[in-house]
Order: sequence, then structure tokens, then C-alpha cells
Amino acid sequence: MAKDEQKIIGDVTNSDYKYGFYSDIETDTIAKGLSEETVRIISMKKEEPEWLLDFRLKAYRKWLTMEEPDWAHLNIPPIDFQDIIYYAAPKKKKELESLNEVDPELLDTFNKLGISLEEQKKLAGVAVDAVIDSVSVKTTFSATLEEKGIIFMSFSEAVQKYPDLVKKYLGTVVPIGDNYFAALNSAVFSDGSFCYIPKGVRSPVELSTYFRINTANTGQFERTLIIADEGAYVSYLEGCTAPQRDENQLHAAIVEIIAHKDGEVKYSTVQNWYPGDKEGKGGIYNFVTKRGMCEGDRSKISWTQVETGSAITWKYPSCVLKGDFSVGEFYSVAVTNNYQQADTGSKMIHLGKNTKSTIISKGISAGKSHNSYRGLVRINPKADNSRNFSQCDSLLLGDKCGAHTFPYIESMNTSAIVEHEATTSKISDAQLFYCQQRGLSPEKSIGLIVNGYAKEVLNQLPMEFAMEAQKLLSISLENSVG
Amino acid sequence: MTDNPKEIALELKDKLLQRFESVLPHFESDESDFFVNKRKKAIEAFKEVGFPSTKNESWRKTDLKPFLLKDYSFSFTENNNNQIPSAYKCNINQFDTDLFTMVNGKWVNGSDGVTTYDNGTVVASLSTAKIAFPEIFEKHFGQCVVNERNGLIALNSAFYEEGYFIYVPDNVSHNTNLQMVNIIETNQNILTNTRNIVVLGKNARLKLVHCDDSVDNQYSFINNVTEICLDNGANLDFYKLQNKDDEAVVLTNTFVRQDSDSNFTSNTVVLNGGLIRNDTYVNLNGGGANADVIGLYLMDNKQIVDNHVFIAHNVSNCTSNQLFKGIVDNEARAIFNGHTLVKQDAQQTLALQNNNNIQLTNISKIDTHPFLEIYADDVKCSHGATVGQLDMEAMFYLMQRGICERNAKMLLMVAFVGQIINKIKLPNLQKSVDELVRKRLKGELSSCEQCSIQCAEPDKPLHFDIDMSKV
Amino acid sequence: MLQIKDLHVSVQGKEILTGLNLEVNAGEVHAIMGPNGTGKSTLASVIAGNENYEVTKGEIIYNSKNLLELSIEDRAREGVFLGFQYPVEIPGVSMTNFMRTALDEIREYRGEKPLSAAQFLKYMKQKKALVEMQDKLNNRSVNEGFSGGEKKKNEIFQMAMLEPKLAILDETDSGLDIDALRIVANGVTKLKSPENATIVITHYQRLLDYIVPDFVHVMYEGRIVKTGDKSLALELEEKGYDWIKDELKA
Repeated sequence: MAKDEQKIIGDVTNSDYKYGFYSDIETDTIAKGLSEETVRIISMKKEEPEWLLDFRLKAYRKWLTMEEPDWAHLNIPPIDFQDIIYYAAPKKKKELESLNEVDPELLDTFNKLGISLEEQKKLAGVAVDAVIDSVSVKTTFSATLEEKGIIFMSFSEAVQKYPDLVKKYLGTVVPIGDNYFAALNSAVFSDGSFCYIPKGVRSPVELSTYFRINTANTGQFERTLIIADEGAYVSYLEGCTAPQRDENQLHAAIVEIIAHKDGEVKYSTVQNWYPGDKEGKGGIYNFVTKRGMCEGDRSKISWTQVETGSAITWKYPSCVLKGDFSVGEFYSVAVTNNYQQADTGSKMIHLGKNTKSTIISKGISAGKSHNSYRGLVRINPKADNSRNFSQCDSLLLGDKCGAHTFPYIESMNTSAIVEHEATTSKISDAQLFYCQQRGLSPEKSIGLIVNGYAKEVLNQLPMEFAMEAQKLLSISLENSVG
Repeated sequence: MTDNPKEIALELKDKLLQRFESVLPHFESDESDFFVNKRKKAIEAFKEVGFPSTKNESWRKTDLKPFLLKDYSFSFTENNNNQIPSAYKCNINQFDTDLFTMVNGKWVNGSDGVTTYDNGTVVASLSTAKIAFPEIFEKHFGQCVVNERNGLIALNSAFYEEGYFIYVPDNVSHNTNLQMVNIIETNQNILTNTRNIVVLGKNARLKLVHCDDSVDNQYSFINNVTEICLDNGANLDFYKLQNKDDEAVVLTNTFVRQDSDSNFTSNTVVLNGGLIRNDTYVNLNGGGANADVIGLYLMDNKQIVDNHVFIAHNVSNCTSNQLFKGIVDNEARAIFNGHTLVKQDAQQTLALQNNNNIQLTNISKIDTHPFLEIYADDVKCSHGATVGQLDMEAMFYLMQRGICERNAKMLLMVAFVGQIINKIKLPNLQKSVDELVRKRLKGELSSCEQCSIQCAEPDKPLHFDIDMSKV
Repeated sequence: MLQIKDLHVSVQGKEILTGLNLEVNAGEVHAIMGPNGTGKSTLASVIAGNENYEVTKGEIIYNSKNLLELSIEDRAREGVFLGFQYPVEIPGVSMTNFMRTALDEIREYRGEKPLSAAQFLKYMKQKKALVEMQDKLNNRSVNEGFSGGEKKKNEIFQMAMLEPKLAILDETDSGLDIDALRIVANGVTKLKSPENATIVITHYQRLLDYIVPDFVHVMYEGRIVKTGDKSLALELEEKGYDWIKDELKA
């Protein structure tokens, strides 16, 4: 234990990672390891209905038959799935009536992160469903949302309050056996967010959750389910920071989105999990399955992501364009520095007629990192007049990093038009010189140029998020030149 | 015999392994240990990896299995007294090349199989070259081939018997164009392993045309490996024309090693074939080297074409360009897999990669994977891929000028493929390919047009490209 | 020659032409003027048969044929020529090949024999002189890399080649310097005959100094709201369009 303490002290004094601190909250954890028993315990602790336990067990059995994927351009150290704690919840002291009753340590954590619930509430008009580790602690603004009939709560709460809705949609976009990590998540997911926008309702605020890995050795398995019913609209924000850890931590989340006829979901993420230190030690493994189903005609799902964190990122937010005239979008900025590895991109599966998709991906590699875009555009035989445009650019800072592009295009329809463009470049000396001649430091210059380069994507983010993302980009690239 | 496809495929592998045991004494009596040991190593590799299956990432979209189920006879069982099919003799008078022909994987030119030009250039059969030019041969044979990469290469390295060997000495600009024709004519289902070696010395220059033709409708399986070594400043134009029947499998693996300031241009035109797969591996090992790997494919029926190009920029200051264009009709499938690797020290690299497709039906399928893998920062790399139809705005413009839809389409399709055809630097070849492509696009590639005899118009210049299957 | 009756046209559900009437006879030159976005180019596109536009009501009769039933190319072969406002670039298709194909097909439609290669080249040379076009354009791809002026000259050249009965010139004067304008206008004037008619769509009166119209129409909100002679164009040049809008409101 003394060793751990030393680490913690080390972590606190080492300010490399701005959000790298450890908050001391009592947690209720179960023993390490994964078995059918673990799955049953998780389900029991969460007082889940029978069908959900069955769902988990089916997924667990499926997972046992699967193999960890190795096709990504990633070097993944072996993960010992038995060395992970699959359930951790902050201990409930009592039912919370207001923010004042929230564990002061917890509030302090949020304050350090600069995301005070109070402030968020007042300034941004954002409803925050804050998650520490695996269990939702506080949901705000629910009253405002309730008026509109919008359901926005922790996944566990939704399972209790709206079991029919959850049952109807859970696993419909990402089936339990979709991939190795999705199967794992389906078996052991602890909590997450649930969001339902009823017919014809436009959510008046941007819904937002903050995730945070807190307990050592705890895998984090969020499950998010967002449904926009006919003609509904919601903009959903997710942001992540995680405290510095020496042991690698696994994060395998699932996000499922369903957009019905004329429904629209805009999903934005800023992902800043702990990326490991300068030597590549520690850091989060982020294996996420995010997929949206454009179920109805003219539905639209838009993914925007700014990825700066994690030691390893494995993430392909996707859209299945099932409804005619449905639209899928993917805007991404992925920054890797030091020893980070990212293999990220999007899949656009065109099933319906006149469907349209856009992929704009901007990769920035620095240090000794590797940054890959991997994408699939598939036009099925019935997807007449479908269009895809993909643009995947890479920017290299330094000569020790790698930038890779692996697009897959499959077309089975003569009326489809699919276009893919990509370039790889570095910041030109002329650009740097020009900025420096106008008095900017090299770092400021790079920050400026990189932000310009990523602008197309950053512009997709809601205002406050865009500001935060811009700062993050600059911070992530500190010391990347020289 | 079993009906289980998996077992049949296994059977072919087992048959080949057994076959190796029986022909090994023959190799051992004819060849030095240097070669025999290489064969033994290769057959081990083949035993280990077997034929590629769709489980291999680079074969995910191309299923070889149906083609492994045929009952093939092996070329080395046949004797050597091959004749050029009589119908083939009278071709390409107007095409200014020195023609060398292989039939069913066997060399038919001259009794000794060697042609030596005054300038020192040598064209020889592989078996002759092995004995006549041991030094050059051993220096270049198997240098850049990786047997373990896939079973087909290993299979070839174990069994190869014949092929061509071309050597152009330092500072020689060989001024006659060489044309190598590989014809399949047999009443058996034949599997051949041909091996070619092309070596260009310092500042040597050569234009080489390689044709794969077939004169029957039997199942055939050509497994070819070509090794090309270009010394400093060497320049090779390599044209590959593949016009096979629908039952033919042609698998080519071409390995190119380029030294400083060398230039390699490969232009592959695929007009027909059951399954055609061309893998090209280029290693740019010296500064200033340039590789242009381009190609064109026009596929219909249930044909499959799969072009894989891997270009490794191992050093700085090299350039490469991949450009493949294709029109895909009926139930045909086209696969393009481009991979540009820029190693860490390969600064000032300029690499382009493009694949453009026109898809004419909903039952055809196009898969395109333009990959970039880049480890150096001072590089200019770009890639693009398109799948689509003809430009509707251009169609409207053409039709507004009174051109019917069919012809407007033709004009645009010819323009689309023109970008590749215009890069053929042999004027007569360019002209014939252009004509052939136009006819192919019009669906007019009738038997008379393809026949070499041209009885209807005796004065008409003959096409170099013959597909007797349609006679 | 051309009768347009109560023409209504929509694009993606939005009505652009709202009941347009126009009659053009052989030997006449009509100018259509009007503010931006009033449907001038739409009218040209619909006559040529652009399928992006949906005719919801009305008819277009051309030489006693129902023009709306003809394909794009048959309209062209019947003598309808559209000089495009933005001629598209067609990489890889040479001008010679393009014109030869077009001319052959039009001649075949009319039951005429195709020109021999020599005849064709001579014919082409003749017509090029008309618009003072350079020979080197022959081998260039259609409109590819042409300057704005060259593109417009190329349109008039093609018009000369194909000898249409009804030529519609959509903003042919836009983007032209005064010399190019003169060349284009001279070309059009030379091609004028008692058998053919021209519709000139333009913003500015200056083209009409060279191509003298018999009728000037003003389009507003998808219809022709005023028709006059050459003097109307001058009046518009001087006073703008507002007075017509005011007149309409009154």
C-alpha cells in the first residue's frame, strides 16, 4: 500500500496531466474477476429485472466464445480480464435532496475539474448527469426536462422507472455479440445515461454527462441509450477526464442512438482520459462502441468528437442509414502525443434510398504516437442515390510519430456516389515563420494552426464545448515541438 | 474424391505437397544446392500457410476457394515440345516488338532458349539462364520475395520451372521493345508456376510488354512471380495486358526493388478474366527513385479483378503514384487495395494514390481500400477514391448538343479510361488498347474483331491481342 | 416556332415559374431581362429539358411538337440550342471528338449523311473563324482549363457548328470583356437568319447594343410581366427594375 501512496503523491505533484488527481471517496466494490457469478452480482446489486440479467448472461456467454480483435493498427498490451473490478459505486450515505447533500469531496472533485454543477446549472443552462465511476450521483434540471416529457436519467434509474422503453431499445443498435468489447460491456455494464425525447419535442437544453474513472483497477463500462422519437431533436454532450493511474485502466462503453422519422440526434464528445505519462506509462484503454440507427425517413444522427486522451483509443462512431433520406455525419479531431495510440474513424452503412453521409476526420500526431483513421462506407444494393463524402486529413508534428489512413469503400449500387479524399502534411515552415514573425511563440503558433486545421470539426461543437476543446488541443500538444 | 469444398481445397494442397516429393529428385539432379534448398524452404512455408483464404486480411474480399476446387493438372507433368498455337503465329506485325512466347508455362523460342543482343542484353528462358548466367541469376533470384507473405508465393518458389529472364547491362538503352506472351492452350485444367526475373543495370532502359492470353475455355490457374531489380538510374516501362477467358485464374506477384534515381512505370490493363489478382510490391531503396503503378480494368459477367499495390518508401526523396481506374458491369467485382508505407527516414516523400470506379449495375460490387501508413513528417501524401456514376451535368451538356444517351455515356467512359491509356508510351500499343477498350465498352468485342486471321479484311492491321476462346 | 403557355415549374417542391407565357416566331430576336432569381435560367433549362426541373402545369409547343415529351438530345436535334451560363468542364473529351459525335448524330436524325473527316475539319475551321477561335482548342478537352471568355466563345462556336433553329443564350455576356463581347455578339448576329430565332437572357442592356432584339421581356417572380421593344431595355438600364415592381403592385 505504501507503494500506492507514493504513486498518489507522485501523481499530485506531477502536474503534467492537469486533471490527474485522486479523490478519496469511499467506494463499494466487489472482488476482482469476471465470471457468471460477477454478472449475477452486478445485476443483483442494481436490483435489475430478470430480463436484464438474462441479457447480461447471454452477452457474457457470447463473450466467452469471442476473441479480442487484433486488426486495428494498435499495439495493445495483454489485458487480464480477471484482474479488473467490475463493479464500484460510491457508497450511498442517504438519499440526496439537493446539491448541498452531495459528498463534499465529490463536489470538490467537480470543482477541480472546473465543472461545478451549480455553475453549470446557472451559466450554461445544461442539465448534468454526473457519473463518478459507475453510478449516477446527481441529476439536475430534471424538472425542466420533465415538463417537456423528456426522460434524462441514469441508466439504472431508467431500468427501474421505464423498463419497457429500455427493454424495447437496449441492444437493438449494438447487438450483444457485435464485437468483443461490446459483448463484455453488455455483460457487465454498470451505469450510464438514458435519454428519451418524445414525439415532436425539441430539447430546450443541451443534455450533458461527465464521466470519470475514479477507483483504481475499476473497469468502466458505461451504457448510454438515446432515443429521438418522431420529429424529436436533442443535442447531447459527453465529456471525460480521468485521474492519473499507473495501472492501465480499461474503458469499454457502448452508446446506442435511435432516431425515428424526422428525428435528429447530435452527439458531441470531448474525450480526455488520462493518456499515460511521457514515457507511455499508464493511461486508459478506451474501447468504445458507438452506433446510431437512423431508423425513420429523414432522420439524422451526427457524431462530433474531439479525442485527446487515452493511451489507446479504439472507437468508430457509426451510423446505419436505414430510413430513406436519412443523414449520417461524423466529425472528428483526434490528437495523439507521446506514446498514445489511436485507431478511430467511422462507419456509414447506407441501406435506405437517398441517404447521405459525411465524414470529416482530422488526425494530429505528435511525439511518438500513432494515429490511424479507419472507416467504412458501404452502399447496399437498395440504397439508390446515396452519397458519401469523406475527407480524412493527417497532420504530423515531429518525425517520430505515425499517421495512417485505412478507408474501406464498398459499393453495390450503381447510382451511388462515394468520394474519399485525404492528405497528409506537416505544418509548413512558412506558416510557422509567418506566425512567429507576427510575434507568436512557436507553441502558440502551432496551437493556432492546429486549431485552424481542426476548425471544420470544432465548429460542429456547441459553443462552450468548442472553447474547451480548443484549449484541450493546445494543452495536448504542449512540448510536442522542439 | 470428396464433395466437401474444404476437403477438396485441402486436397489440392496435399496433392501439391505430394507432388513436390515426387519431383524433388528431378530438382536435385538438375540444380545446385543453392536452389534446391530455397525450394525446400519454400515448400515448408507453403505447408505452413497454405492457400490464402478470406480470413487473410488482404484476401478478405477475394475468395480463391471456388477456384481451388477444380481438378488441375500440373504443368511440370507435361513435356517440353510445345508449339505456338498456329493461330497465334501471325499476330502483331505492326507492333514493333521482339516477341517471346511461352505456352502452358513452357518456353518455345529457339532451341537453346537464349537471345543475346549486340548491346549485351539477354533474353532467356529461366532454366537456361540459371545455367548460362549463374552469377547474375543467383545475385538477383529470390532477393526481394517474401515466401511467408502468402502461400501462393511460397508455392511458386517451390515449384517454378520456367519463365523469362531479362538482363540489360549497365548504360544500355535497349531500343527494341520486348514482348513476352504467356499463352494457355491445353485440353486439361492446368496449374502453372511461372517465374520471371528482370534485371536492369545502372542507367539501363527497357520497355517490356507482358501479355497473358488464353486460347481455350479450360480452367487454368497461373501462379506467377516476377522479380524486378532496377539499379541506379535504370528505367523500366512495364506493360501488362491481361485478356483471359472467364474460367482463367491469373495470380501475379510482382516484386520490384529500386535503387537511386531509378524509374519504374507499370501499367496493367485488365480486359477479361475469371479471377485476376495482381499484387505489386515496390521497394524504393534509393533516393530519387520513382514508381508509377497504374492500371485499368473493365470487368463484366462474373469476373473478379483485384489489384493490390504496396509501395514502401524506405528512404527519403522518392516519389510514387498509384492510379487505378475501372468500369464494372453486370455481376463483376473489382477490388483495389493500395498501400503506401512511408518509413521514418523517408523524408521529402511525395506519394499519390487514387482509385476511381464507375459502377454500371446494382449487382456489381466495388471495394476500394486506399491505405496510407506514414511515419515521417516532411511528406506530401494524398489519396482519393471514388465510386460513382457518370457526371450527370456533363451528360446533360452532351445530350443538349444532340448526342444520344448511349453515345454520351460512351464519350464519358472513354474519357474516364483515357487517363490511363494515354500513359502508354508505345504508340501502337496505345492505339490498340484504345481501340480494344472502345470496342469493349461498346460491347462490340465480337469474335471476328478478336480473331487474328481477319479473313474479312486481309489488309487491316491486326490486333495484337487475341482471345481465341471467342472464335 | 415556340409557344409557351401557362408554364409552371418547380424545383424540389419550390415553384420557380408561375405561369409563364411566351411566343417566339422564326426570324425574331427576343431578349429576356429581369432581376436575379426571377427564373430566367430556369426557363432556359426547362426548354432544353434539364430533368432537375419539374413542369407541374402548362405546355411548350415547338414547331407544332410537344417539346416536353422529347428527350434532351431530340430537342437538340430538333434545333434547340442552349448556350450555358456556366459551361461544364468535361475532362478527357476532346472538342473535335465532341463536335463530330454531336454533328453526326444531328445529321443522322435529319436523314443526312455524316461528313467525311476532311469535310468535317474544313467545316469546323470555317466556323471557328466566325468566333475568332484558335486552332489549338481542337485538341483540348471540352471547356477544361478554358477562361471565362473562351468558354462563352466556345458556346457560340458550337452554336455555329450545329446551326440551331432556336438558340437560347443564357447570360452569354456575363464575365466577358468588351472585345470578347463584340466577338460573341458578332457571331450571334452572323448566324441570324429568317428561319431561326434567338432568345437572349441577359442582365445588361450592353449586349443588346450588338444583338438588337425585336422584343424585350421583363421577368419577375416567375412570369413575364412586361413586354416591349428595344426601348424597354434602355429604360430598364436607366431606371432599374423597381418601377416595374411598383407598377405591378399598383
